[in-house]
Amino acid sequence: MVTKITPQMIAARIAGYAILFIVAGMMVVPFMWMVTTSFKTPGTEFSYPPQILPNQFDFQNYGTLFNNLPFFRYFLNTTAITLVTVFGQLLICSLAAYGFARLNFMGRDTIFVLYLTTMMIPFQITLIPLYLIITQLGWVNTYQGLIVPGISSAFGIFLLRQSFLNIPRDYQDAARIDGASELTIFIRIFLPLNGPTLATLGVFAFMGTWTDLLWPLLIARSEEMRTLELGLAYFNARPNAFLQPNWPLLMAGSVVVMLPVLVVYIVAQRYFIQGIALSGVKG
Amino acid sequence: MAQMTAVRAESAPGLWRRFWSRSNERAGYLFILPSLIHILAFLFIPLVLSFFLSFRDWTRPTFSDAPYIGLENYEFLMGDRRFWQSMGNSAYYTALSVPLGMAFSLAIALVMNQKLRGVYLFRTLFFMPVVSSWVAVSIIWLTLLDPNVGIVNYVLGWFGIQPINWLGDPRSAMPAIVLISIWKSAGFNMVIWLAGLQAIPQELYEAAAIDGANRLQSFRFLTLPLLAPTSFFMAVTGVIGSFQVFTPVYVLTRGGPLDSTNTAVFHIYRRAFQEFDFGYASAQSWVLFGVIFIATLIQLFYVRRRREEIQF
Repeated sequence: MVTKITPQMIAARIAGYAILFIVAGMMVVPFMWMVTTSFKTPGTEFSYPPQILPNQFDFQNYGTLFNNLPFFRYFLNTTAITLVTVFGQLLICSLAAYGFARLNFMGRDTIFVLYLTTMMIPFQITLIPLYLIITQLGWVNTYQGLIVPGISSAFGIFLLRQSFLNIPRDYQDAARIDGASELTIFIRIFLPLNGPTLATLGVFAFMGTWTDLLWPLLIARSEEMRTLELGLAYFNARPNAFLQPNWPLLMAGSVVVMLPVLVVYIVAQRYFIQGIALSGVKG
Repeated sequence: MAQMTAVRAESAPGLWRRFWSRSNERAGYLFILPSLIHILAFLFIPLVLSFFLSFRDWTRPTFSDAPYIGLENYEFLMGDRRFWQSMGNSAYYTALSVPLGMAFSLAIALVMNQKLRGVYLFRTLFFMPVVSSWVAVSIIWLTLLDPNVGIVNYVLGWFGIQPINWLGDPRSAMPAIVLISIWKSAGFNMVIWLAGLQAIPQELYEAAAIDGANRLQSFRFLTLPLLAPTSFFMAVTGVIGSFQVFTPVYVLTRGGPLDSTNTAVFHIYRRAFQEFDFGYASAQSWVLFGVIFIATLIQLFYVRRRREEIQF
């Protein structure tokens, strides 16, 4: 069927693009403002009428972050915490998902339903006792205190189990006949065949951990344990009572926090959006 | 390995022996063991502990010196005006952000669903706020919303609107947080709407067009009813999430000005981690959970009734 292009259709397209451009402006201009302000010399960031581009690009804010402030330390902390958490989630969740999807054991379905119900427990209920447990373990202000509570998630197990269920049972049976152990089947068949779902979970865990604020706020006590997000929040929270906050420096810090997340997002966009659509459809 | 099993099995009762000798069972438990330990230690135990905490006068982060006081925390809570004010603030935030956020993201999704060229580029751009950090977002918006030199007031000035002291005025602080939250989550919600829209069979629209329905009518009588499951999902998860809003409040206003943005979770956070009143804060979080739970039940009930009406 060939559809004729009518004037109404052209008008609808123009209107559609107009809306998309306006929304895109609303979404992107604040970030452009962040980047350009980070290159402004402190004290010149505001003018009337507002001026988006700096008069001259000044890189000193980035130098200050890494030379005079412990942002390099924050960066290393955040990278270490995020990488270990992502790796832990992928390992622990995929092991459990294989158990729930493909092995038979007593109480399997009951335990799985229990896992699912934990997804409905609001975080503020467990937050206080979780903090007390971490205190009791002596893990306050340590890397294990920052990492271990986030190293597995019911959501990740659920996501991977759905994906594992789609692998034909014949693969598993054939491997068993050949004498492969369950661990071999898991490593050699299930992990390689579920790359996209593992990527989805990995991206989710990365985004969540890199930009988490609340948990580091409770656990990281000393300056050298802080993450980027937390360091920036503290830096933002104590403007000198007599001075304006140093906005260009704060903006440079924001760029440093956001750059890795944006790079990961753009590279792994497909997996991220898949994951959201999936979580929405499955409810 | 086989020998080890045999040795163990001999000393154990028959049922246990049969159970444990099935290698499948053993493997299954070993595979889920790490996650099971994690979920017990960091979820179930805290959950039970939280319940016990709420009946105790626990003001120290240690496990001693926590006298049992029965329902005293809950009794005190009933008359705690600041707590109920914070619940009211959460309800206000929810009432604004859920419907407005859903409508705004649906509008974008409808445009995105028109199969225009370059929608993927736009999707990437719309997602920048979703993946960005809340602290960075707050720093950006604190400058954009500055009452004197911010760009937002400057642009509004073109339309003759007087400067607004966005985050500094108790009347406008919460709406400002709502606007920023909607801005940040629109891309996320749009993807969920798009998944719902793309599940609607195209033939239905063609049939409606043959019957003489215009675009508005097919949206009203076709798209909206068929999106009901998606809308329901977004409303329920939206209400649950909005009642627990914390980070935007923490980074933008710290509950001020004049407690106008002091939401329930922020209030609980302050009670627990700044005043170290863990027992009372636990009681507050259970009451908040109860309110969220009831709100969810009401929505479920409402949807069930609506569905019956449609089906007669």
